[in-house]
Amino acid sequence: MIAADVIERVLNTARARGASFAEVYCEDRRNVSVSYDDGRVDQVSNGRDRGAGIRVVRGETTGYAHTADLSEASLLAAAQAAADAAGAGDGGSHTVSLDGREPDRGVRREVATSPLDVTKAARVALLEAANDAARSVSSSIVQVSAGIGDSVKRVLIANTDGVFVTDEVTRVLFRISAVADGDTGMQTGSESLGHTMGWEIYDEVSVVDLARSAADQAVLKLRARPAPSGQMPVVIAKGTGGVLFHEACGHGLEADHVAKGASVYAGRVGELVASPLVTLVDDGTVPGEWGTRSFDDEGHATRRNVLIRDGVLVDYMWDHLRADREGRPVSGNGRREDYTSLPMVRMTNTFVLAGPDDPDDIIASTPNGVYVARLGGGSVNTATGDFVFGMREAYLIENGRITEPLREGNLIGNGPQVLSDIDMLGNDFDMGGPGTCGKDGQGVPVGTGQPTLRVASLTVGGTAA
Amino acid sequence: MTSELLDIADAVVGAALPGEQIEAYVARGSSTEVRVYGGEVEHFVAAASEGIGIRIIAGGRTGFAHAGTLDPVAIREVLAEARENVAFGTPDEWAGLAEPDGVATIEQELWNEELARFATTDKVALALELESLTKGLDSRIRVDDANYVDGGGEAAIVTSTGVRRHGRSNACHVSVSTLADGDGETQTGFGFSVGAHPGEFDLERAAREAVDRATRLLGARKPPSGRTTVIFDPFVTAQLLGVIGSTLNGEAVVKGRSIFADRLGDDIASNAVTLIDDPTDPRAYTATDNDGEGLAARRNVLIGAGRLERFVHSSYSGRRAGVPSTGNGVRGGYAGSPGAGCLALRLEPGVRSRDDLIAGIDDGVLVLSVSGLHSGVNTISGDVSVGASGIVIRNGVLAEPIREFTLATTVQRLLSEVVEVGSDVEWLPMRAAGVSLVVGGVTVSGTS
Repeated sequence: MIAADVIERVLNTARARGASFAEVYCEDRRNVSVSYDDGRVDQVSNGRDRGAGIRVVRGETTGYAHTADLSEASLLAAAQAAADAAGAGDGGSHTVSLDGREPDRGVRREVATSPLDVTKAARVALLEAANDAARSVSSSIVQVSAGIGDSVKRVLIANTDGVFVTDEVTRVLFRISAVADGDTGMQTGSESLGHTMGWEIYDEVSVVDLARSAADQAVLKLRARPAPSGQMPVVIAKGTGGVLFHEACGHGLEADHVAKGASVYAGRVGELVASPLVTLVDDGTVPGEWGTRSFDDEGHATRRNVLIRDGVLVDYMWDHLRADREGRPVSGNGRREDYTSLPMVRMTNTFVLAGPDDPDDIIASTPNGVYVARLGGGSVNTATGDFVFGMREAYLIENGRITEPLREGNLIGNGPQVLSDIDMLGNDFDMGGPGTCGKDGQGVPVGTGQPTLRVASLTVGGTAA
Repeated sequence: MTSELLDIADAVVGAALPGEQIEAYVARGSSTEVRVYGGEVEHFVAAASEGIGIRIIAGGRTGFAHAGTLDPVAIREVLAEARENVAFGTPDEWAGLAEPDGVATIEQELWNEELARFATTDKVALALELESLTKGLDSRIRVDDANYVDGGGEAAIVTSTGVRRHGRSNACHVSVSTLADGDGETQTGFGFSVGAHPGEFDLERAAREAVDRATRLLGARKPPSGRTTVIFDPFVTAQLLGVIGSTLNGEAVVKGRSIFADRLGDDIASNAVTLIDDPTDPRAYTATDNDGEGLAARRNVLIGAGRLERFVHSSYSGRRAGVPSTGNGVRGGYAGSPGAGCLALRLEPGVRSRDDLIAGIDDGVLVLSVSGLHSGVNTISGDVSVGASGIVIRNGVLAEPIREFTLATTVQRLLSEVVEVGSDVEWLPMRAAGVSLVVGGVTVSGTS
């Protein structure tokens, strides 16, 4: 994307005013998306976004500037702007040399079929098949919308610490939602699929099955009754509940929150912070997952990081800035939405390893409570630990059996409390659907996963007494 | 009317082939964001962006493409891709671009020269001052970050149907996030100030609010479950108006996704509710001359004294519903094509202050913040369930703070159980203005 000698000159300009660190992040992203709604192809859309962001760190201050123009003149101007933004320095001279190096390339899963080689007609055909499948589930399905998208992003990252990498990231995403109408009003069901891989995912996973599942959910919820309110045991199905850990502790283990004392987990490494059943991992290397990358967005190889082992807090997640200040290695968690954004500490694929219990026993040993078959999104206040997450498909548990479907609602809990209240953990495991994690206005793709589990007490936010 | 962006858009639209409608939206902008922490600049981001989005409609089929550059070669590619994409659309008899409708534009003063000339060092100084002011108010307070943010840009939209608009705007705000430390606990708060230019900021007020929001929650406990009356803080009301607004979206209505689709003319809310979308009100943060399709922005009464008067329509949803566009085409930037949506919502205020409203509540909750709107609100089924924190109201007086509970109701019930709207309108940096709002029949879910 940019020649090595240009990168050298840009880094030298960025660092010329006494900076301790300078970085060039360059990306070129192509995407295609097709939206289908109301029984017709709504719109086929193409996008092309490319640009570079220059980061300069001087003392406690980070300066950042970006440009959509990849000419040397424009890159040098951005480097100057970033250096200015980082503040006036002593003008000390620093020379960066890449010594004619070739950039390190990401070791990525082979993309069998690049979306760039797939026709738009093929995309439309998948959506039509999904629409037809969802509508054929029941006459009560009154509306279906679906979308299919993919992106191929090339990145180049170089910094004054010697990082010089390129990578190509291919992602595919499919989503469908169905609306059912009945005597009690309208209900919705949805499914999504997202992977860091090529079009071959559609040989492995059937969009027709996803469509039927979304429609089934919507139809089932037509007979849902209001969710209960108050504290009770909650069993969460495998795969869908990873977002619980993402919110209950994942964000609180991000070193930037920790460094500012804005996390309930600050200063607690080595302490028991969860039920001894819980081993929590953040792993950006899992092949094909939504949060997977060869390198993070600072050019460091992603890794498998154990955050909590047998309930004991092992470590936080780190980006360049926070690791540098602590004089410790990064953990491959420096990520950004795109070239216009500063990197910060972010999760990749965050999941809890399987436990000892038979999933059926977990339900059978719960006299009364709620079974959540499908969770939605969530959010957390890292400083208080209070977090919410939505249940999109849930049922009552009565006398150890799953009974009536429930209407949607949020669950609320406090991170450290909920982690210690996990009293059963299944011997099954699954990763969940693709998530977009928002932090400070930036969205990045993340994966989550977990076995079937029970929280002894969670607050269910329904309207029934 | 000339500008480089208009020239670019004109050239694209001039390339329309027979039978094609073309819309070109061209934008260019820049922004700065200063974040300070511990008396130092934590980061300073200087951003500049530009791009073009091209929509083509032919034979009822729509194609779209965008690029984050105004490079002439890239623009030709975008045009070719948008045209290619048309072939894959399904004919839609209502598809079409906006057409000039004769509604006069109410010109807004969206560009402030003082802000445009505001010096970088002064931006940093403002953020530092806000941090220092906030810390100085209360010894229990730490500042998580203090920020100065501004942005400005220009945009042009031209269509082959005769729309041709160009404008520029800028805006700024400061914000501060706080942590209050109590006995083995931490609570959080925030405060902000907006203005046409930095001279209009009220830093003292932003600091005070950020301190109050955090310290008031110290010692908060989980409340018991039950049904109660709540008074929403203006900021929370503004968030809820966003949810209500999406149920009145014309596109959701014509596609059968609105709970109020068949209710025009019906009473859907208590008569205390008059909900207006008015981007022509210069006090609104999102005030604008024209909507995302280049039609004049206008004042629309959506709910009048409880009666559903109108949905908000883009030209597409309006055409399909058999009514004119209400000037509510919403565009997220050059990378997307416009849909329908509310632009600047507000509730018609009542006559009583927030204190008077609280004094009138025997048993209730002042709700200071809500969370999980994206996960706990379904605008199609109407179910609403959000996490919340606030203060118990007992016999008209604020009592102990509470947290880690949920509030649940439905959009329908929320509207019909509005008891009273306060007089304290707050113009927030959102698509809706805030005001205190008293609502009955809300389920609190907490202990037991």
